[in-house]
Amino acid sequence: MWRHLRESLRSLTRNGWMTFASISGVAITLLILGMSLVMALNAQQMSNYVAGQLEVDVYLKQNVSDAQGQQLAEQVRTMPGVKSVQVVSKEEGFKDLQERLGAEYKTVLSGLSEQNTLPVRLIVKAQDPRQTVPLANQLRQLPAVDQVHDGQAVVDKLFAFLDTVRNIGLVFVAALVVTTMFLISNTIKITIFSRRREIEIMKLVGATNGFIRWPFLLEGVWIGVIGALIPYAVVVGLYNAIYARVGGTFAEITFPLIPVGVLAERLALVMFGLGIVIGVWGGVMSIRRFLKV
Amino acid sequence: MIDMHDVWKEYPNGTVALRGVSVQIQKGEFVYVVGPSGAGKSTFIKLMYREERPTKGHIFINGFNIERLKERKVPYLRRSIGVVFQDFKLLPRLTVYENVAFALEVIGASHRQIRRRVKDVLEWVGLADKAHMLPAQLSGGEQQRVAVARSLVNNPTVIIADEPTGNLDPDTSWSIMKLFQRINDRGTTVVMATHNREIVNTMRRRVIAIEEGRIVRDEQRGTYGYED
Repeated sequence: MWRHLRESLRSLTRNGWMTFASISGVAITLLILGMSLVMALNAQQMSNYVAGQLEVDVYLKQNVSDAQGQQLAEQVRTMPGVKSVQVVSKEEGFKDLQERLGAEYKTVLSGLSEQNTLPVRLIVKAQDPRQTVPLANQLRQLPAVDQVHDGQAVVDKLFAFLDTVRNIGLVFVAALVVTTMFLISNTIKITIFSRRREIEIMKLVGATNGFIRWPFLLEGVWIGVIGALIPYAVVVGLYNAIYARVGGTFAEITFPLIPVGVLAERLALVMFGLGIVIGVWGGVMSIRRFLKV
Repeated sequence: MIDMHDVWKEYPNGTVALRGVSVQIQKGEFVYVVGPSGAGKSTFIKLMYREERPTKGHIFINGFNIERLKERKVPYLRRSIGVVFQDFKLLPRLTVYENVAFALEVIGASHRQIRRRVKDVLEWVGLADKAHMLPAQLSGGEQQRVAVARSLVNNPTVIIADEPTGNLDPDTSWSIMKLFQRINDRGTTVVMATHNREIVNTMRRRVIAIEEGRIVRDEQRGTYGYED
């Protein structure tokens, strides 16, 4: 193992320019990948955040009492796909209204408190935000329910938009990954070509294919890791700067950005993982042909 | 040791290199393989270390059945055979020591084993004082000694040499031949393809002559027999 490591490092420095070219290739691809990923992850974060805020307002019929409302809430809680149910009693509803209308109407309203005709309201959240609309439709069927507000149009548009963004990103990234793999494969092919004499001799003196393969696979790993290191530092650094400047929230839509630490962790996993995978794959592809003698 | 029975070899391009070759070589023999260029000598030699596979026929080398030998077992056959070539096949960026050690490294020998074996074998071929030179700093004869040292370092039971003196002047050729003689004296089988008439006729050994893919002559203490 020690020998393979030494050999792989030696060949990196020996074919300096080729190594430089392929590391640059990996770096550029992973840079674009990393940036797409930052956007995609934040879009997802936004999606989750907004979705998490989505709730269904269920207005019960006016003749339904607070106690009956509580009972119904229990029943809704047991329905599949329901995350939480909050009951807003007639009294609480009245206070809400008071607050919302403000000081001017306070006196007017205070006279009405004895004859509160407001309906009991349930605030229901779905376990999966995407199931909000079907859930709302289900709730509409209940006999005690008067009206259901689910903000269907907004929800549908938002999800459609986020799905499109994510799909475009995925296609883009997939194309880049394939391109980089071929780049690395070619680089290692050239390394192998320049070392075919060495491989020939290794085979003649009885080295196993596995043994011959190792240094080239490790070379792929190095190219992948070094190629990932640079764009990783750039992307995380940039994101850190942006995060610090906007203070952790994205001003226009006010949703929280993914914290730098969490993002850095995910990026490291994806970028280094992918770097290594394409490096090794490139190595495997290029060496297979040379081992068949 | 080496046992071929009715071996045929046809290359994908249609060339038939061997047409029913049968031969037995015992342990400890010294055999010259002679014949015109393109007669099938190289193919004959290559079959022995499984560089090529026969189209038809049976081959046994050091107890390995070449027909049945799986791809991943080939390295183990090669470890029991030492090969020496006309062009030496040394790695130019490695020193003499490293070139010889290479053969042990790739079969996973320990550092200590490598150091001892390489030192011994370099002494044996008379290059102990040049261990840290690069091949380019050596003469052709010295480079071939390094190649021979590398083929010996694994203690193979057979040494196969494909025109080992082809690139060397007559004096140097003789010193390399003496080396092979010493290898043979230790009990190691030597199979050598050669075009060197003077050597074959002077250092008399078994001669196998191949022409047009067939063995046309097989004599103990034979002669070269060609006028080229």
